[in-house]
Amino acid sequence: MFVALRDLRHARGRFALMTAVIVLVTFLVTFLASLTAGLARESTSAVTDLPADHLAFAMPGPDDAPAFTASQVTADQWRRWRGVPGVDAAEPLGVATTRAGSAAGTASVTAFGVPAGSRLLPAGSPDLTTGGVLLSPAAATELDAAPGDTVTVGGTALEVVGTTDVEASFAHTPVVWTTVADWQAVGARGTGSDDDPVATVVALTTSDDGAARGDAAVGTTTVTTAQARSAVASYAGENTSLTTMQGFLVAISALVVGAFFSVWTISRSADVAVLKALGATTRYLLRDALGQAAVVLTVGVGFGTLLTAVGGRLLPATVPVLVDTTTTVLPAAGLVLLGLAGAAVSVARITRIDPHAALAAH
Amino acid sequence: MDLHLDRITLVYPDGTSTLTAVDDVSLTVPAGTTTALLGPSGSGKSSLLAVAAGLTPPTSGRVRLGDEVALTPTTSVAEATRWRRDHLGVVFQAPRLLDSLTALEQLELHAHLRGRRPATVRRRALELLDAVGVADRAHHRPAQLSGGQRQRVAIARALVGDPAVLLVDEPTSALDHDRGVRVVELITSLARETGAATLLVSHDASTLDPVDATARLADGLLESPARPQRTEAPGGRCVSAPAG
Ligand SMILES: Nc1ncnc2c1ncn2[C@@H]1O[C@H](COP(=O)(O)OP(=O)(O)O)[C@@H](O)[C@H]1O
Ligand SMILES: [Mg+2]
Repeated sequence: MFVALRDLRHARGRFALMTAVIVLVTFLVTFLASLTAGLARESTSAVTDLPADHLAFAMPGPDDAPAFTASQVTADQWRRWRGVPGVDAAEPLGVATTRAGSAAGTASVTAFGVPAGSRLLPAGSPDLTTGGVLLSPAAATELDAAPGDTVTVGGTALEVVGTTDVEASFAHTPVVWTTVADWQAVGARGTGSDDDPVATVVALTTSDDGAARGDAAVGTTTVTTAQARSAVASYAGENTSLTTMQGFLVAISALVVGAFFSVWTISRSADVAVLKALGATTRYLLRDALGQAAVVLTVGVGFGTLLTAVGGRLLPATVPVLVDTTTTVLPAAGLVLLGLAGAAVSVARITRIDPHAALAAH
Repeated sequence: MDLHLDRITLVYPDGTSTLTAVDDVSLTVPAGTTTALLGPSGSGKSSLLAVAAGLTPPTSGRVRLGDEVALTPTTSVAEATRWRRDHLGVVFQAPRLLDSLTALEQLELHAHLRGRRPATVRRRALELLDAVGVADRAHHRPAQLSGGQRQRVAIARALVGDPAVLLVDEPTSALDHDRGVRVVELITSLARETGAATLLVSHDASTLDPVDATARLADGLLESPARPQRTEAPGGRCVSAPAG
């Protein structure tokens, strides 16, 4: 990159401007990715962190997509799941977003109903018995409740047995855990008698492909816990729109980079003709130009990503950004690759520049 | 080695018809000598130079270096590029230096284009910059050089690879008469030193005293075969009748 690097230095104003644009676009893309991941976490962390690998939904219609708001499994269904070969554990899980109240005030929470002594509770949680409720830290803070206090969940008074170490969040509300028996009052939606408790889904821990085998027999729709994110209404809507925005931004940045290098290549076509007339091969010139684009892109994307990494740490905790490799390095790599593609299309015109033009008088 | 242009014809498409810019021109430039190609504007001088440089293939005829055929009507773009890279130095009508490179780097670029480290030609580059009288401007960019200095850097650039053939297009068009003569003198003496067969295009006969021979084009036709500018070339060698 003999000429390319010297051009970078010589036309540093122009390249600095371009780099600044790339920095900002990268910041937007990676910040948006972090925000998307953060929001997704607020919508679904209680589901994705469940110590189970599949969830069986029982939807009202046979073609309905799994949804936590509509699914309802019977006691019979979860018992039958237990007998399916390859299923190591099958536990009912009730999921219902409701109102919780305490002496300090009220808050929206999602009640997760699990059997007493369930493995579905976060690791290290105190025992949960009938009449008790286990709070996630955010729920404890919002309700200003401590162990021993009484809180109401969906109208039922329960005693706080403790607080979990990790946050668990569902549909942007903190999660509280009750026994599936207590949960009936909150989420059973009036069907079934008291003797026939229901839950929302069956949480499965499977070995080999046990999950696939049970559906037909039990009449459920089973998905992995990761796929079950789409069954959370708030996640489905947010994620699509935010991901679409990111896609557009990445495409726009490729176009911007392409446009810049188009103009740049046109403005230096006289130089390219001279270089060709001096004996430069087209390959040499393409390598030079693409190398230059790679430098601009890498520097711009690097700084933009850094901005997100630093910015994400400075933001108050209420902004749900999640800065990690997938929300920074991955989109950054995408920006570099697509930017290079945009630049490649632009600098390809180098192949068409006629060295004969170098002889023309100017 | 001598440069031979054998019966070169170049026809440009010109709307529906064609335009014969160079018409069956044969010319030999002996190694180490400078032949001036004279003729009015539009007579085909640059076109002939473009053919010799491989910038456009001849419609018919061929370009030879010694006994080696270098360019024919079927020569590919890649082969023509290789011809320029390996054997040619070109000085364009305008200096055509790259804005972002210092004078020294303009010459070092020559090595880089050929896949060698720029430092390998630094000594030769500095020698040449000294020979053309801009050694003290070696680390300046074109914007910091005068027009004449730029032209001389361009001449040094063309010679840094010790080319067998040096092609020069109207080097004096932007210079006043005295400077023009000095540039032609410079090219002629450098050609002699380096042994480059030099073809120098000009429309201004008044600056051509120093050259070894002249040829004249009119409407693409060679009006007079190359004839010696002076009867005796320096060193007593007669250039009109190439020594066998
Ligand atoms: N690329 C080209 N395409 C078509 N016609 C050209 C081209 N270059 C030059 N010509 C024509 O060829 C003739 C010779 O031009 P040129 O070789 O530039 O003459 P000179 O250098 O002697 O002034 C002119 O009539 C010119 O218009
Ligand atoms: Mg001309």
